[in-house]
Amino acid sequence: MDNMIVSVSPHIRSNDTTTTIMRDVLLALCPALIASVVIFGARALLVAVVCVAACVFFEWGFEKMCKRPNTITDLSAAVTGLILALNLPVGIPIWQAIFGSLVAIVVVKQLFGGIGHNFANPAITARIVMLIAFAGPMTTWAAPNFADAVSGATPLAQLGAGESVSLASLFLGNVGGSMGETSALALLLGGIYLIVRKVISWHTPVAFIGTVFVLALIKGGLTFGVAEIFAGGLFLGAIFMATDYSTTPSTKSGQLIFGIGCGLITCLIRFFGNYPEGVSFSILLMNILTPYISKWTASKPLGGVDA
Amino acid sequence: MSIKLLHGAHVPHRKNTADLAPKRMPAPAVVTVPMSMNIGAPAKPVVKPGDEVKVGQLIAEAGGFVSSPVYSGVSGKVKKIDEILLFHGGTCQAIVIESDGEQTPYEGIAAPTVTDLDSFIEAVRNSGVVGLGGAGFPTAVKLKVEPAKVDYICVNGAECEPYITADTRTMLDDSELLVDGIKLLQKYLQPGKVYIGIEDNKPNCISKLRDMTKDLKDVEVAALPALYPQGGEKVMIHNTTGRIVPEGGLPIDVGCVVINTSTLVTIARYVKTGMPLVEKYVTVDGSAIANPQNVIVPIGTSVKDVVDFCGGFRSEPKKIILGGPMMGVSVPNTDAPVVKNTGAILALDAKDAAPPVTTACIKCGRCVSHCPLNLMPAAIETAYQLKKPEVLKELKVNLCMECGCCSFVCPAKRPLVQVNKLAKGELNKYNAKLKAEAEKKAAKEAAKQEAAKQEAAKKEATV
Repeated sequence: MDNMIVSVSPHIRSNDTTTTIMRDVLLALCPALIASVVIFGARALLVAVVCVAACVFFEWGFEKMCKRPNTITDLSAAVTGLILALNLPVGIPIWQAIFGSLVAIVVVKQLFGGIGHNFANPAITARIVMLIAFAGPMTTWAAPNFADAVSGATPLAQLGAGESVSLASLFLGNVGGSMGETSALALLLGGIYLIVRKVISWHTPVAFIGTVFVLALIKGGLTFGVAEIFAGGLFLGAIFMATDYSTTPSTKSGQLIFGIGCGLITCLIRFFGNYPEGVSFSILLMNILTPYISKWTASKPLGGVDA
Repeated sequence: MSIKLLHGAHVPHRKNTADLAPKRMPAPAVVTVPMSMNIGAPAKPVVKPGDEVKVGQLIAEAGGFVSSPVYSGVSGKVKKIDEILLFHGGTCQAIVIESDGEQTPYEGIAAPTVTDLDSFIEAVRNSGVVGLGGAGFPTAVKLKVEPAKVDYICVNGAECEPYITADTRTMLDDSELLVDGIKLLQKYLQPGKVYIGIEDNKPNCISKLRDMTKDLKDVEVAALPALYPQGGEKVMIHNTTGRIVPEGGLPIDVGCVVINTSTLVTIARYVKTGMPLVEKYVTVDGSAIANPQNVIVPIGTSVKDVVDFCGGFRSEPKKIILGGPMMGVSVPNTDAPVVKNTGAILALDAKDAAPPVTTACIKCGRCVSHCPLNLMPAAIETAYQLKKPEVLKELKVNLCMECGCCSFVCPAKRPLVQVNKLAKGELNKYNAKLKAEAEKKAAKEAAKQEAAKQEAAKKEATV
């Protein structure tokens, strides 16, 4: 019998593909999405659908325009859309959400070559652009459904003003903030799923959250320390954005350095900066350092002899 | 053991044939025995067309120091000596023998006299054995070491490739010969300790060999985790002894000798009976095979004859692999012969043979975190594409053993092993260029010095 397929070994491959990895991330984000709908109402779902649809559309459109292969089926654009949505306040005007999606996909991702080539996290960068461009809507926090308050001052603002915050509310997410960042519980569930599925390793989230906890503990004691890690976008950032493959180091030691760096910058901004929150800035700044961290922490070949 | 194990990949096991004792197939009508079945020089035929041969008769002698003799696996008549195409594109001579179906053993078969290290190495050389785990390196060359240097001998029964159970069956069915082989190694190489490394997905092999070696001094059966590639030479050495073979070095440089179980059994059988390597345990499996099983195959038998013996194909095969799915070679047709280091014949159906769809690298780092040797395949791929041989040198692509972990785990299905192979070629060219340049420079320098000397001599003469 002739004409067999001839190829270089290996002749079997694992079942994991880019699509299955992105599908796992989408699944892991579901608890946070559900929590956002429960806490902030149906408009949260609308914002999420708009961002995902816009991101996928921009990816498809830009690739079509540039005659690049279509990559929307790898689901990475959908992941960017969902993460971006969860980073926005529920009352964000729809056109602004679409603009953010454009920045994320076209400017940050596709202009640098598409999946795997961008140096900065698309969702984070888009959020920062929006925070500066639309400062008002981006910091107008709706009150959570189960609170008595009319407007939802964010817990970080309250902590900054020296007010006390209920740790249980913080953990469950019944506080003001971006759609998907408030429920530490929901984000933690997603994070555990990703670690169990080996999509991410524990190194970055643990180093990031651990650093913030230790620094806050030193600054204001145990309750303050716990409140600082549950508040703001720390869990969302540490679990879902500081673990993005192409914009963070891939070695374990590099991930520890990346996480610790993110934690340090976050605390510097939270404790001494003008912004109440610093997670996004910290990740973006560490994204820029990633090539250097990767270089410093490159793995050493076994038995390698220096020439 | 406190050794931090090397990285690896969780490949599927698919040891479907582990419980099936090998069945001896009847001699095929024709065998085609290639002269190039080992790393090193091909063997030189000592028979000519028309000669009668019997099972175990020498048909080709070693073609150099790094070479190995070849014996007939069938009785019959030499039909012709042909030129055949090898898998990698080269050609070599092959002896085609028409079998008479009798399988008459050669009357000159007699156990060799083994009294010391030299006669032992001579016996190993005459047994025709090469690294049967897949490498095909002449074993006699490997064992030609100073006994004083040997701290450890690792008997490699890892059999980490999916599907293959030929070594499993060797360990179970030929365990007495295996123990004989270990005793021979202990007697002549005098190692401090012998490890028998077996992946823990073969508990019956582990318990059987533990039981059989319990009275032997300094022999330990090491149950290794079933994490591919435990059977890689450097991996086996590291995960049993904790030692690391340095770049460009051999196992003996760190006091180790690694030998595959089937190789050792072949040696022990030759020393005991004088029967050289003439047949192989071959695992026949894969989605297109009707009845997966282990078969005892005369060397030189075509894939087609072996598969026919196993009841043919279940569905139309699209890919034929000699060896395991991680490191085996895919061949274009079923005429390919079983050679000395063929441990398996796998036939994959259209679904299993379909080439994967390659997408962009997403920098997930899985290729790095699964590489047993801590290489960075994605970085190597980039350096290769950018044509930067100096970076390839820094990344030590030359260390790559092509185990396939990186390609296996890559979610973007990038052909990383293929690129590593190509990158090694580029690096070799670059190193050769550097060497030539250095030599040229040295020659120039020497000429300059010579000229200066003559100038000085001239000056002196005129003064």
